[in-house]
Amino acid sequence: MALGYLALLLGAPVAMIFYRTFEHGLAAVWEALSTPNALHALWLSVELVAIVVPLNTAFGIAVAILLERHRFRGRAVLSLIVDLPFAISPVVVGLSLVLVYGQLGWFGNWLDAHGLQVIFSVPGMVMACAFVSLPFVARETIPVLREVGTDAEQAAATLGANGWQTFWRVTLPAIRWGVVYGVVLTTARVLGEFGAVSIVSGRLEGETQTLPLYVQDRFENFDTTGAYTASVELALLALATLVAMNLLTRRTRSRTPV
Amino acid sequence: MAIEASHVTKRFGEFVALDDVSVRVDDGALTALLGPSGSGKSTLLRIIAGLETPDAGSVRIGEEEVTATPARSRGVGFVFQHYAPFKHMTVHDNVAFGLTVRKRPRAEVDARVLELLQLVRLDGLAKRYPSQLSGGQQQRMALARALAPQPKVLLLDEPFGALDAQVRAELREWLRRLHEEIHVTTIFVTHDQEEAMEVAEQIVVMNAGRIEQAGAPRELYESPRNEFVMSFVGPVNRLGDSFVRPHDIQIMPHPDETTTEALIRRVVHLGFEVRVELTLHDGRDIWAQVTRENAQELELEEGQILAVRLPDPRVFAA
Repeated sequence: MALGYLALLLGAPVAMIFYRTFEHGLAAVWEALSTPNALHALWLSVELVAIVVPLNTAFGIAVAILLERHRFRGRAVLSLIVDLPFAISPVVVGLSLVLVYGQLGWFGNWLDAHGLQVIFSVPGMVMACAFVSLPFVARETIPVLREVGTDAEQAAATLGANGWQTFWRVTLPAIRWGVVYGVVLTTARVLGEFGAVSIVSGRLEGETQTLPLYVQDRFENFDTTGAYTASVELALLALATLVAMNLLTRRTRSRTPV
Repeated sequence: MAIEASHVTKRFGEFVALDDVSVRVDDGALTALLGPSGSGKSTLLRIIAGLETPDAGSVRIGEEEVTATPARSRGVGFVFQHYAPFKHMTVHDNVAFGLTVRKRPRAEVDARVLELLQLVRLDGLAKRYPSQLSGGQQQRMALARALAPQPKVLLLDEPFGALDAQVRAELREWLRRLHEEIHVTTIFVTHDQEEAMEVAEQIVVMNAGRIEQAGAPRELYESPRNEFVMSFVGPVNRLGDSFVRPHDIQIMPHPDETTTEALIRRVVHLGFEVRVELTLHDGRDIWAQVTRENAQELELEEGQILAVRLPDPRVFAA
């Protein structure tokens, strides 16, 4: 049953995409891949991942530790705020960013006066991607932090370690599975994000077009090979992330039997 | 170094974990904090280590007032009930941790780790990970780790609580010998009175956030200050308001004017010791502890009626 469900939902469509991509042979695929717009979209998507994933990983770990290891006023509120991006539709995220940072928005004049363009350019897209993928690392890390407990951290403290030493040498290695999983989810989300980025970017061909936006563009222009090729490219990127993280964790696992 | 806690109070919400507790541990002593769960013994140990902050009172280690000093600067070695190993590090790296965070030269670290692993008899297991060790080995590793930075005092929180009976007995004996060898001031927390009696030179009995009595094991056993200490340190029979130790009840071959009649309900053979459960003629149940030989001589059997001599019972003022 479950397998049939999976096949209908995931297997068949993905297989179809692969089939359609290579329908006209490898040469056509290569040609579609190497157009300047396709290359730029690929590069832009990778750039977004390279900026957003480290930012959200650092933020996610910090918030997870704050929420799980400290008791303070407003803790419940913070926890709620971290989850907020999951509750808001990406399109609304995009619109709200335009409202605040767009030329007619709150900071629009100020930004314009300082020669900074956020909306319809990379900074806005980074913000949109960061917003929609904000909760992943924190949500994956919190349960692991709770699971590993505080004994080892306290042991490190009595042995003379300061906060940083304890974090890098004891806490982070103990929660790495949660963090890695959060990173994979964040990467996948940033690569695939469409709604928020679509609004914030302005979808300028060869300028602010990410891979998903490029797929949409090609599809609307009846360039099916281009659309399918970019789709496959996107899928392979996500897969590569998953495999890379898996290899990374396996390497640590062989060093560290659990 | 001597350890002194003065007028320490600690609350967790409504619950008073420690209520104006003062205690002093002499330099080089091996002391047990003994009490039932919730008595505040672990909280007191954690306050001495700096892992908990007292609401009131102060802590001194040696000549130094350390109440506001963070745990990492107090120079204490701490051993946790569940070992708290660094699971992703080898045994060597675990033990070396307290030295590497102080950036000691590599050669010095390696030499010290080797020396400690020999002391806790784990040499040869240096490259293993904690998950590849038994509970007893993990706890010895934790001890070596705590000793590596040469702490001024060693604190152990129910160190043998998670181990099975045989390993526990071995480690107790071993802790005592270790203390004879290195003579660092040591406090360990336990709820097991036998463990406290066997290992410690001095016992501090705690109950409901207060200290009931402190002294040498024998002193506590022979002259308990109150009901709680009497019943917590050593076995006891309660007869109304008074207490008698089971081994002070004598079973006599013949009745006389000093004896009273009792019915044997059950005879339990525990090796050298035989436990005889009795019902006195006035209906009260008590138990007596006799030696195996004694029991054989008297041919004790269930259902038998015999003469027992009760010692002067001990009564504590309410």
